[in-house]
Amino acid sequence: MTENRHDEALGLEAFEFPPDPANDFEWVPATPEIAGELDQPPEADWRTAGTTRRAFLRGVVCSGVAVSASAYMFTVQSGEARAAVRGVERLISLNVNGKTRRVDVPPNETLAQTIRYRLGLTGTKIGCNRAECGACTVLADDTPIYSCSTLTHQARGARITTVEGVAAPDGTLHPVQQAFIDELGPQCGFCTPGQVMAAVGLLKKNPKPTVDEARRAMSGNLCRCGAYPHYLAGVMRAAGRA
Amino acid sequence: MTDYMHAFDLYTPASLADAAKLLDEHGKDAWIVAGGKDSFDWFKDRHKQPKAVVDVSGLKELRGIRDGGDHVSIGAATTLTEIEESKLLRDNFPLLVQAAAKVASPQIRNSGTIGGNVSQDTRCTYYRDGFPCYRAGGNSCYANTPTAMNREHALFEAVRCVAVTPSDTAPALVALEAEMAISRGGKVRTVSAEKFFIGPDVDITRMTVLEAGDILTEIRLPKKWAGASSYFEKVADRETWDFALVSIAMAARTEGGMVKDVRVACGGVQCTPRRLTEVEDLMKGEKAGPELEKLARRVAARGAKALNFNHFKIPLMGNLAARAARSLA
Repeated sequence: MTENRHDEALGLEAFEFPPDPANDFEWVPATPEIAGELDQPPEADWRTAGTTRRAFLRGVVCSGVAVSASAYMFTVQSGEARAAVRGVERLISLNVNGKTRRVDVPPNETLAQTIRYRLGLTGTKIGCNRAECGACTVLADDTPIYSCSTLTHQARGARITTVEGVAAPDGTLHPVQQAFIDELGPQCGFCTPGQVMAAVGLLKKNPKPTVDEARRAMSGNLCRCGAYPHYLAGVMRAAGRA
Repeated sequence: MTDYMHAFDLYTPASLADAAKLLDEHGKDAWIVAGGKDSFDWFKDRHKQPKAVVDVSGLKELRGIRDGGDHVSIGAATTLTEIEESKLLRDNFPLLVQAAAKVASPQIRNSGTIGGNVSQDTRCTYYRDGFPCYRAGGNSCYANTPTAMNREHALFEAVRCVAVTPSDTAPALVALEAEMAISRGGKVRTVSAEKFFIGPDVDITRMTVLEAGDILTEIRLPKKWAGASSYFEKVADRETWDFALVSIAMAARTEGGMVKDVRVACGGVQCTPRRLTEVEDLMKGEKAGPELEKLARRVAARGAKALNFNHFKIPLMGNLAARAARSLA
């Protein structure tokens, strides 16, 4: 691959790629005691062979193909240049957790995929991907929605809040998060981000819900561990403080 | 890796006229979405792959609940939560409010629209799983065979296809004599809710009268039933998400304990919401009470033809009709 010949022209040097937890991490030997001479990462490991992901992506962009997708995610799109004649613009601004992020999103991408794979906010989980489990719940203008079944383009004008955005800037947990910890809400924890968002959405609209109102508002989130009473107790506890 | 939708062009028209133009241009390749809760499942399964997707959720013409004099009009892209929380509807049409509150889950009601709720496709598992059945253009029904799992399927008027209407608001709209306004190329026509839903005898591949190019713009509820007594009940396997096994919606006017006028409709037993005309005829002019309850139970499911696994719906219908009658006493 040519070494970023067009970077300067395209202004790509300045572009910050979003963090990608699947690829961006420090390499350390798994067990230092037996690692021996494997102090350096192996030449050809499981990562994109022979090149870094960033270099690869730059290459793709420079070659004029209209994908800026994570290489492992969007093979389906096969780099076909889809110039929408009068359809939506791919380059859009999304307001996520109070920040405006510019992202390049194909029309068929769901909000959950954008949040996780383009913005790197992997707190939002994709469970069923069919609006049937609630793990992907985020707030759009303070209303809980299933991000797996919403097109990113449909959320353009909304203020999106994910689980990363509910705690205070100094790291103090949101009352709902603290209450879930106090009431031992999470067991495996996979549904927790969705449960947190559903509860935050409820308390924004109705700060003093009755148990029945809380149960109803939380009914769109499955918990495979069956910790429903704990989550419900958490919501009621948070309602005293939120 | 999750299911990824096929590549399509997304259009967000700014006006109803623009949307009509787009639909005209793309014909059968166009697909209307608003909440998308039904559509995106089809797309992710790749059973439907329209080239042009027209998002009408942003159209001002399709949003909001207005008092139109002799009727209340609900824009088709009004979300079910908005309906649930509307004071105008709560005061006048609690039946529809109760029905809307029973749809799926809170998050789905927050983005799912009433227009989508009434025009969603059937939930027959065989059809949804991509079997080449009659409804999908094939030449067989996979739900009506000796070994098929058909506990959710139809009791009445099954013509080759045994699928049922999944909508919770549909029986309520039929009971309230709603009118559906459908726009096509700038011209608006209205169809009564009863005629809006069509069975397999009319067209086996569609659930509603909507054809390519049609946009459901508005649902009008005549004030005739404003403030009437109402009863809604939905029986489903789970309180949340699941579609009705049987649901019942009743609007009634009583005078001195006598039933003056009544309309009852059932969901989940037929391809369209089923008017229980026999129950209505029986109730009109009668005094609500245990006797009426018993009669309603007896006639509610008259004429039902059960499949292998849905016999339970027959007594269920009777019980729901009896409870509806009891609510008037």
